[in-house]
Amino acid sequence: MQNAAKSLFILALLATSFPLSAVQLIVGGAHGHATIAGALQLAAAGDTVIVMGGTYREGKLLIDKPLTLIGIDRPLLDGENARDILTLSGKNITVMGFRFENSGISAMNDLAAIKCIDITGVHIEDNQIARSHFAIHLANASDIVVRNNTIEGVPRSEHNTGNGIHLWKCKNALIEENDISGHRDGIYFEFVSDSRIRCNTSRGNLRYGLHFMFSNDDRYEGNRFIENGAGVAVMYSRKVTMEQNEFLHNWGNAAYGLLLKDITDSYIGQNYFVHNTVGIFMEGSSRMQILWNSFSKNGWAMRVQASCNDNRISLNNFSGNTFDIATNGTLVLNEFDRNYWDKYDGYDRTRDGMGDVPYRPVSMYSMVVERNPFTLILLRSILISFLDKAEKAIPSITPELLIDKQPLMKPVRV
Amino acid sequence: MTAMWTLTRYIFSDIIRNKVIVLYAGFQLLAALLLFNLEENPDKALLSLLNIELIVIPLISMIFSTIHYYNSYEFIEMLLAQPLGRRQVFLSEFFACALSLVLAFILGLGIPVLLHFQDMLAFNFLLTGTLLTFACTAIAFCAAVLARDKARGIGIVLLLWFYFALVYDGIVLMILFTFSDYPLERLTLLLTALNPIDLTRVSMMLRMDVSALMGYTGALFKEFFGSFRGMLYTGGILFLWTLLPLILSLRIFRNKDL
Amino acid sequence: MIETRALTKSFKRIRALQQVDLSMNENQVVSLIGPNGSGKTTLIKCILGLVRPDGGEIHINGRAIGEDFQYRSAIGYMPQIGRYPDHMKVGQLFDLLRSLRAKQGGQTDDELIAHYRLERIFDQPMRTLSGGTRQKVSAAVAFLFDPKIYILDEPTAGLDPLSSEILKEKIRKIREHQRLVVITSHILSDLDDLTTHILYLQDGRVHYQASMEELRSFTGEQKFGKAIASIMQQSNR
Repeated sequence: MQNAAKSLFILALLATSFPLSAVQLIVGGAHGHATIAGALQLAAAGDTVIVMGGTYREGKLLIDKPLTLIGIDRPLLDGENARDILTLSGKNITVMGFRFENSGISAMNDLAAIKCIDITGVHIEDNQIARSHFAIHLANASDIVVRNNTIEGVPRSEHNTGNGIHLWKCKNALIEENDISGHRDGIYFEFVSDSRIRCNTSRGNLRYGLHFMFSNDDRYEGNRFIENGAGVAVMYSRKVTMEQNEFLHNWGNAAYGLLLKDITDSYIGQNYFVHNTVGIFMEGSSRMQILWNSFSKNGWAMRVQASCNDNRISLNNFSGNTFDIATNGTLVLNEFDRNYWDKYDGYDRTRDGMGDVPYRPVSMYSMVVERNPFTLILLRSILISFLDKAEKAIPSITPELLIDKQPLMKPVRV
Repeated sequence: MTAMWTLTRYIFSDIIRNKVIVLYAGFQLLAALLLFNLEENPDKALLSLLNIELIVIPLISMIFSTIHYYNSYEFIEMLLAQPLGRRQVFLSEFFACALSLVLAFILGLGIPVLLHFQDMLAFNFLLTGTLLTFACTAIAFCAAVLARDKARGIGIVLLLWFYFALVYDGIVLMILFTFSDYPLERLTLLLTALNPIDLTRVSMMLRMDVSALMGYTGALFKEFFGSFRGMLYTGGILFLWTLLPLILSLRIFRNKDL
Repeated sequence: MIETRALTKSFKRIRALQQVDLSMNENQVVSLIGPNGSGKTTLIKCILGLVRPDGGEIHINGRAIGEDFQYRSAIGYMPQIGRYPDHMKVGQLFDLLRSLRAKQGGQTDDELIAHYRLERIFDQPMRTLSGGTRQKVSAAVAFLFDPKIYILDEPTAGLDPLSSEILKEKIRKIREHQRLVVITSHILSDLDDLTTHILYLQDGRVHYQASMEELRSFTGEQKFGKAIASIMQQSNR
């Protein structure tokens, strides 16, 4: 009932808001065109094609002129496990209100439910995409909006499952409020610039919740990455802003909340890292600002490899992590200051909110584990707590420079 | 056999009125209540309780059992002047002692834990805590029949506790570094079996999902300890840690001059 | 009733018993005497099976004792120092012993419990009892199952004179009924009028074994204490 009312409302809206020159073509229903392909053939640039509820199995659909394609009562486009379902190309194309199922699966071609090639101005909104190889695949596109789509893959193995929302060589994209699960990477960015990824939920994907490569000047914020195979990977990029995201339960061998590899001049702020094997794994990254984040219940809150330098880690909360910081070298060129560490047991006689003695976030045991992972079998034994206490009193093998000189006495309010 | 359980029942009802046992149960209960109330995260509270399980249970079980044995010396003599076998009398003392320590553990830690957790983790906690109490009691009785005087017996038991709780892990650490070039999976598994405290700790750690920190080896261990088979293994080895000292002490006790 | 042949026991370097041959029979009250370290306690413990002899044999009622502990149902033992579980009540101790020996059935001998008025303290835990009261409990335990053989280790040591007299009266009463009573004691005069035989141990050997008549005629002393003293003097020469 509600759906019918909503459809009527949309129809009324369309009737009043489109310029008179634009024509509406209706597919399905009592008087509409029989096939979508037929209507697309007839439509001229700027027209609107309205598809009524029902199931359509029409082979490969192609839109290569500016069109608006709207589904009423969520018509189903079935790819019959054989092909790309809908291909968009050209400029100013909108697709909304559909359900896509069963795109073909191919190891050779990146078959997708919605494939966009060489396009400017594409708007994909409010669609459901299920059991597809790739769900939304954009290549060489710009001015993109992908909003409020629900994407549900069938997790097979990494090499025969495609990505949820895949962007290659794109500019100026907004990926917003989508829900993606069961794909290889939830969202994949390669050579994408000046784009934003906001408020998406990427859950239970085989590899990464978000995979981000060679993409500069981008921003992702307010996303939730939950229980993905290995978390989120951001690699080989510059000037990326990562803000207010949640990295949750990325737990397993070689899993992390956030993997940073060769990232420079980026900002990581106000994110939550909860229950990840490693909260942030940093390698070859420099000039990063890591501020106001919360790390809790992670195996390692952060692993900062010796190849990182000039990073500033400040005003973060570390609590309930098995290890706070681990590193593989003794030379540390990063700055840790004014973080809150729950393991800190110093005092604040000056009453300025900061401990009077510095905190060493790398424990002796974490250095031992770094050299010989089997020693993790001794976790929480008395011996280890003695060794850590002794090391705290007389530091010998932990990196001398890795200290927080002004550890906060109370958690930072984020 | 019935004579043995009758005797066990009477000795048990004596021991549970003992101040030390009452204090022991009370201490555990207090610690559990405090931790579960102060710590907003029950997982973290359980970790702290695990430390009690690993340090306090062996220490108290061993010292209490040793002292109990020496204090019961004249009573044991009196019982052995009755038509009772030595094995019956010894096992009665052992079971009464171990069961009252277990009761204190269940009442003190077990019930608060069960109120917050009803999963395999809680079950594993109770199982290993119970078996660890049995093992430590057996080890203590063994030390007590070996050493004639009380001071020496307590000394031996304290050394054993120190060895199992601390020194042994130092040796493990050394071994792991000495042989770090070899595949260590099996060796590590074996090393945990040779110390009841370590075995308890590792079986709990791996259930608390620490295995992910260990990479692929951890997955291997988790597969092992996390499965039903792993619980059988842990339980079986801890049972052996009870059985073997008990058999040894029975052999000594059978021909001992009292 | 009790017979030993070549009974030998050493503790490390100390020879506690050396080739002890003795025989004690019914209707006897045997005083086991000797200086400290002479082997009295070791002998008793060997008979009770608490100490395993190195060599020799012990026969109780004509049977050699071995792994089978049933022979001890014929023996009532009163230890020198009785210590019981702190929180066990006096009544519970008797309950325990009765249920442990329930199979034997038959009547128990509660006379000492009655004479010492132990019922009044049945609800008291053991730890609250004085040494003397504990000795009364021990005595009552030894007599409880009406055994054929009584082994009493320093029975009157911690007892007040009245309790001591009650015990002696009890011994006097039962010795007529095919019973054997073995007593070790330092307080010689206490045993005077009970003893029918003496067994004098020194350095783990039986130095002297005789009936009181023989002892008296041998030493020429009427008083038991003096007779013993005379033997000790002879053996020291």
